[in-house]
Amino acid sequence: MTDAVYSEARSQGQITRLVLRWLLYLLLFVFALFYLAPLFVMVTTSLKSLEEIRTGDLISLPRQVTFDAWRTAWASACTGIQCEGVRPYFWNSVLIAVPAVLISTLLGAINGYVVAQWRFPGANIFFALMLFGCFIPFQVVLLPMARMLGLMGIAGTIPGLIFVHVIYGLGFTTLFFRNYYVTIPAELTKAAKVDGAGFFRIFWSIFLPLSLPIIVVTVIWQFTQIWNDFLFGVSFSQAGTQPITVALNNIVNSTTGVKEYNVDMAAAIIAGLPTLLVYVVAGKYFIRGLTAGSVKG
Amino acid sequence: MKFLEDHLPKLMLAPSFIAMLIFVYGFIGWTAWVSLTRSRLLPRYEIEGFIQYERLFSSLRWDTAFTNLFLFGGLFIVISMILGLALAIFLDQNIRAEGAIRTIYLYPMALSMIVTGTAWKWILNPGLGLEAMVQGWGFEGFKFDWLVNPDMAIYTVVLAAIWQSSGFVMALFLAGLRSVDGEIIKAAQIDGIPNWRIYSAIIIPSMAPIFLSAFIVLAHLAIKSFDLVIALTGGGPGFSTDLPATYMFAMAFSRGDIGQAASSAMVMMGVVFTIVVPYLYSELRVKND
Amino acid sequence: MKNFAFTVSAIAMLAGGAAHAGPEAEVLHWWTSGGEAKSVAVLQQEFAEKGGEWTDMPVAGGGGDAAMQALRARVLSGNAPTAVQLKGPAIQEWYEEGVLADISAVAEAQGWADVLPASIAGHMQCEGTWCAAPVNVHRVDWIWANADVLEANGIAMPTSWDEFNAAAEKLQAAGIIPLAHGGQAWQDATVFEAVALGILGADGFRKAFVELDEATLTSDEMIAVFDQMRTLRGFVDPNFPGRDWNLATAMVMNGEAAFQIMGDWAKGEFLAAGKAPGEDFLCASVPGEGFLYNVDSFAMFEVGGDDKQEGQALLAELIVGKNFQKVFNLNKGSIPARTDVALDDFDSCAKLSSDDMAASSEGGSLLPSYAHGMALRGAQSGAITDVVTSHFNSDMTSEDAVAQLAAAVANSM
Repeated sequence: MTDAVYSEARSQGQITRLVLRWLLYLLLFVFALFYLAPLFVMVTTSLKSLEEIRTGDLISLPRQVTFDAWRTAWASACTGIQCEGVRPYFWNSVLIAVPAVLISTLLGAINGYVVAQWRFPGANIFFALMLFGCFIPFQVVLLPMARMLGLMGIAGTIPGLIFVHVIYGLGFTTLFFRNYYVTIPAELTKAAKVDGAGFFRIFWSIFLPLSLPIIVVTVIWQFTQIWNDFLFGVSFSQAGTQPITVALNNIVNSTTGVKEYNVDMAAAIIAGLPTLLVYVVAGKYFIRGLTAGSVKG
Repeated sequence: MKFLEDHLPKLMLAPSFIAMLIFVYGFIGWTAWVSLTRSRLLPRYEIEGFIQYERLFSSLRWDTAFTNLFLFGGLFIVISMILGLALAIFLDQNIRAEGAIRTIYLYPMALSMIVTGTAWKWILNPGLGLEAMVQGWGFEGFKFDWLVNPDMAIYTVVLAAIWQSSGFVMALFLAGLRSVDGEIIKAAQIDGIPNWRIYSAIIIPSMAPIFLSAFIVLAHLAIKSFDLVIALTGGGPGFSTDLPATYMFAMAFSRGDIGQAASSAMVMMGVVFTIVVPYLYSELRVKND
Repeated sequence: MKNFAFTVSAIAMLAGGAAHAGPEAEVLHWWTSGGEAKSVAVLQQEFAEKGGEWTDMPVAGGGGDAAMQALRARVLSGNAPTAVQLKGPAIQEWYEEGVLADISAVAEAQGWADVLPASIAGHMQCEGTWCAAPVNVHRVDWIWANADVLEANGIAMPTSWDEFNAAAEKLQAAGIIPLAHGGQAWQDATVFEAVALGILGADGFRKAFVELDEATLTSDEMIAVFDQMRTLRGFVDPNFPGRDWNLATAMVMNGEAAFQIMGDWAKGEFLAAGKAPGEDFLCASVPGEGFLYNVDSFAMFEVGGDDKQEGQALLAELIVGKNFQKVFNLNKGSIPARTDVALDDFDSCAKLSSDDMAASSEGGSLLPSYAHGMALRGAQSGAITDVVTSHFNSDMTSEDAVAQLAAAVANSM
């Protein structure tokens, strides 16, 4: 008797659990739809012909799939008098983003390590100043920065753009690493110091190996910010050093010309592919790093 | 040598510190100076007093932009945090295909708003997108016209901003959840403490630094939201969705009114200062104890 | 690898500077796509044929806002582009900052003063010297219509705003959207100035939007202008906010809407869809006397080096040259700035535009467009647009709008 009641209660509990679980999946699915909706519009539009866009619904499946827009966006859309698509600018963006991400991540790691583990008077003030720097509106720095770059002789060059991105990325990279390293017990550093290990030794052989997850977070953040940057890219570049966002903008923003929405959408997706790739690839390490070598807070 | 060893940590910070003094605080000082001048097309340096601030505060458009900053920023930060945390907790329940779902939630951050804004514009447009679609299914009474309604348009900007950033917040929180000590959680489960209590009493409080990161990331995005507004509403209908960043840009670059732009930037930074500094202070003080 | 080589050579070229001997120009412009890009490519071709080396620096967006942003950064960093697409009073503003080059030698040798309408030539001069070269003349005060829709409803092209209102009510009753409009600030301003020209007349328009005369800005006629804007608001479909102008043009093409008030770049959109002027779509100036022009031009910046200065002179000469003026404007939908170009290859709308320009130039009603940055400096025209768009998108009364207009203009000084 009691057994039967017990097992009934248990199976009822199981049903509740199952229902909850289904609800959970349903919820996750609904949110996935929310996040995917704009991408759906972009992809379907990029596969339509301009004729179909002009006459039909903007939000519907293409009647006839064509990849012309993608070819045009990559290799022959006009971004001014050059009609070579976004291809030549793609490489500029790589040349800017990769060094800028690496340098700002490394500097951020060292800053975070010092602030979190080598406490000295004023370390917190330094950190607070750094954080406040994250909030400076970029529109404000454009003009004085232009002057500085001119004085430094790197105006309009790729090193100039790398420099700007490193400077304004430091606040965030420092923040990420400091918040991560602050959870690592100070005893670890102390013990290593007693063993005679120096500043760099401790950083190199204790902290860096623990840092994979936060490196991934930082790289994702920095790469996204720098790759998608338009404001700095358009202000501090000149002919030949313009990044892909400027090219994308040139394709999309015609003032008094005919709009080719299919090419716009294809170009936007192409411009976003490297960041998407970083998310897909790094996302895996993100979790792997966290579950395997994670630091207990 | 001993000196070097003692001061090595500080020396390592020195380049960042100097760069920050010049490129952040120096430039803020420069902006403060210019905000006191009558600079038009290019900066000039003869101080004229507070004329730009007087102009700013008598501008109706600035009023709207300033109010929108709080409305937009507040909603955006709070909702993104809640949604990000909720999604992270949901995803933390041994979900199948977690990797795929996570990527779907995260990808909006990867795309430039210059064009995603157009996609959103179509979806939110009553005649083309969601409203037309649902009405097409037979629900004639369905209405969703926020985008074209001057009183509601700012909420579509909030919606698109949440769409773009909540995935990243989710990732931050997920990373935090995964780094909480598994032993403590197991012990709590054995003691029969219900799941929601484990989250609210043990896991979430231990993630304070993540909240700090998420807040800074979101506040930074809220203040700098620019592309989003330009691509989605262009500040309209009218100038009902103008934000301080778009106001500043319009003044500095389309209207050749740099002094005015500088004064709006200073007010904006004042707001950031009054909100962020107390928060930083409390966060960092706790860490010191 | 090819891309890498491209980048490296581009950097090397910029760093090395004078590897090429002969005219050189780095040109900052915002004509980046479709017909616009093709049009500017014509100039590059002619430049290259004369041995010039053209470096393209396109920055699109916001009707030139992004390009102006890039320009400021470039000037401040001491690295100004050779030639820049600039227009209206912005030319004089930059001149006052002391960064523009004098191209009077070319202008006088080519006799620009004899071939350009006087009011347009005025925009190209800074304190008596020539400082910019005009490319084209866009007419802003056009009204476009779907020919079939008008015919089916027995409507003729309106010649007064009352006629327009009557026609619109008739169309509305027939279930057609009378006016296709995109609710973006600059489009609101475009319609506004077209209405203002009709109601205020040429002199009133000049007083209000060129001289910023307070009495005119607060006059009863100005209230009537806002009243007509409110009436037009009723003829627009509810989904207009944020719509791109070309989607509004598409509505006219599809017969969903009957009219659109927009500059002559709308013609390009009709032509691209294979529609013929006079048959599928109609063009007419908006009710009222006058001609609102939007003239694109290039200004030359002060740069060092003989090659670059040679490039500036050559560029200026080519821009105002007959051949370029013709080919460019055929592509772009506008008409040549110089008055002695044969228009045989142009369509009927362009011919109408050219005749009206000549007539209004004689009659003193050839006026600069305020909405497109020809009449006023940015701060003032922006302040006016703020009020116009805010009135159009709310239920503000015309009296309030006029009061705000005067206050906003005063505050922008």
